[in-house]
Amino acid sequence: MKKVVGEFKVEYLQVLDEKGNCDKNLMPKLSKKQIKDLYKAMILGRQFDNRALNLQRQGRIATYPSILGQEASQVGSAYAFDKSTWIFPSFREHAALILRGVPMEKLYLYYAGDERGNVSAKQKCFPTSVPVSTHNLHAVGFAWGNKIQKKKATVVTYFGDGGTSEGDFHESMNFAGVFNLPVIFICQNNQYAISIPREQQTASKTLAQKAIAYGFPGIQVDGNDIFAVYKATQEAMKHVKSGKGPYFIECVTYRLSHHTTADDWTRYRTKKEVDAWSKKDPVLRLKNYMLKNNFLTEKENKKILKDAEIKVEKAVKKFESVSTMKPEDMFQYMYKEMPWNLQEQLQDLKESLGEGE
Amino acid sequence: MPAMNMVEALNKAFHEEMKKDKKVVVLGEDVGKDGGVFRVTDGLYKKFKDRVIDTPLAESGIIGSSVGLALSGLKPVAEIQFMGFLYPGFDQLISHASRYRNRTRGEYNCQMVVRVPYGGGIRALEHHAESTEAILAHTPGLKVVIPSTPYDAKGLLISSIRDPDPVIFLEPKKIYRSIKQEVPNKEFTVPLGKAEVRKEGSDVTIITWGSMTVPSLSAAARSKDISIEVIDLRTIVPFDIQTIINSVQKTGRVIIVHEAARTGGFGAEIVSQINEKALFSLEAPIERVTGFDTVFPLAKMENYYLPNIKRIEKAVQKVVSY
Repeated sequence: MKKVVGEFKVEYLQVLDEKGNCDKNLMPKLSKKQIKDLYKAMILGRQFDNRALNLQRQGRIATYPSILGQEASQVGSAYAFDKSTWIFPSFREHAALILRGVPMEKLYLYYAGDERGNVSAKQKCFPTSVPVSTHNLHAVGFAWGNKIQKKKATVVTYFGDGGTSEGDFHESMNFAGVFNLPVIFICQNNQYAISIPREQQTASKTLAQKAIAYGFPGIQVDGNDIFAVYKATQEAMKHVKSGKGPYFIECVTYRLSHHTTADDWTRYRTKKEVDAWSKKDPVLRLKNYMLKNNFLTEKENKKILKDAEIKVEKAVKKFESVSTMKPEDMFQYMYKEMPWNLQEQLQDLKESLGEGE
Repeated sequence: MPAMNMVEALNKAFHEEMKKDKKVVVLGEDVGKDGGVFRVTDGLYKKFKDRVIDTPLAESGIIGSSVGLALSGLKPVAEIQFMGFLYPGFDQLISHASRYRNRTRGEYNCQMVVRVPYGGGIRALEHHAESTEAILAHTPGLKVVIPSTPYDAKGLLISSIRDPDPVIFLEPKKIYRSIKQEVPNKEFTVPLGKAEVRKEGSDVTIITWGSMTVPSLSAAARSKDISIEVIDLRTIVPFDIQTIINSVQKTGRVIIVHEAARTGGFGAEIVSQINEKALFSLEAPIERVTGFDTVFPLAKMENYYLPNIKRIEKAVQKVVSY
């Protein structure tokens, strides 16, 4: 006997095309004000990013990963979350975190090399996770813990296309599926893991289809189309909240800048390729849509840019006025109670600094 | 007071603590219906149902999701079946469990236990006899606990579950069932970070832990003319330096016995600490009786690998005749 025991299809969603034309049938319900809020959040994310690159060049912050080009994937998804949502970020979700209320000065502080910038529990955002896809398991465990304790919460984890090659990605998807957990996996497929293109990460046609292997739905969306990302995330929220288990969203986007400030993209991709993606810019796309539909005037646009600039400058000031850390800070959070060996070593350090002798 | 072996004592600790604290969850491969391959979690599934979870076969998944469970406010106790299978989960221990408190300036912590049967001597397959506690001890942010008696196993496991930091709880499987001891039914704990002087002596100090307490105590008992003190460290991180120093000041001669490979083994750290803190109490160089810097052999050779009474006695002769 021979028969088909499994078949699958992967949907692709685009609402707003590259020229800013909208498919009205697919358009999610959003008021003019909400659309403007989405636009403002993307502008703020971009301004934050631009200033960060600037601060890095001046040596005021250290290595920094840019989000340029990925604003729609971040803002569009985060806008669909609700009060119950907890975020496990990787390291390229600044616009999503800012929208969720994480103070920009904290992000600058973190990238300047200060752990105090990595604490955003109030905003229900977990700290930046540098080892790729390892935090997906924390999101899964956290959702699982909530389920055991009968606490209602949705959990989101962000990661990239490169992250889908890691073992922990697969283990987390598998656990989430097996234990039917309310986790939304959001993959920002920005086409590159440093220099390795998406095609070299996997032979799969889409990344979204990986969810199917773990027993839950996956959708591919135009990640530079904020309406599509928002709509898909809304769908995902509905799905996970109804107890149907996890959901996977692949946002097809593009990293317009370097991997980090320590990288140089000209070594592995062409200007022609980057220029082509620049034309699909998510911010420009929404702007064109808004201009076309008379939601926005150039004058208003200027004000939005100016407002973002002022907000960012305020954050920079705050970040630069934070008091310096004490040597103790390095020791005192290793354990609840400092063991004798750390006490000895702290004493050593203090003596070498001419303190506490 | 009932006499029980280490497996039974650990099982008892689980039954008591899970009844007392609804936040304790047990997870791992075969820990549920099967009760664990060594039966440490036997009967828990029947009693506590949704707090005893059989997971997919994925060690990083088990430890990584334990981090998340801990962040949600639960107290996960994960089982990794054998120490040789801990490695796929190392990244989660080293990169996350050990760092969360520091990374978030104390906002979050990982109150979690990872239990791992460890060590050789049971004629097991390859990868089932590892003793790599030094790698864990080298990782800032973890605590490493190793009981050697049923009483301590129960008291230390309860302390580990209640400890606010991640604890790696290594269970010497060679003596899982070979030692029986009276263990109180009533609640008690054994504090982390405190060594136990298993036998007092005045001429030589043996510092050891886990299943190596057995040949060490035998060597001490057999020794007629030389009085040997045996210290069971019980916790490797943080270890009880004061008990060690007190003993060194008394005997002046020290032997460290561990079954892990010698180079970079935890014995080396103890030697360093004694040198820093009690060098002038020493009458002889410190000796180490350890496993060799070889792969842990399969069953036929393991008795050559594991430190035994004869090798300990040889070291005793060496330090006293120096």
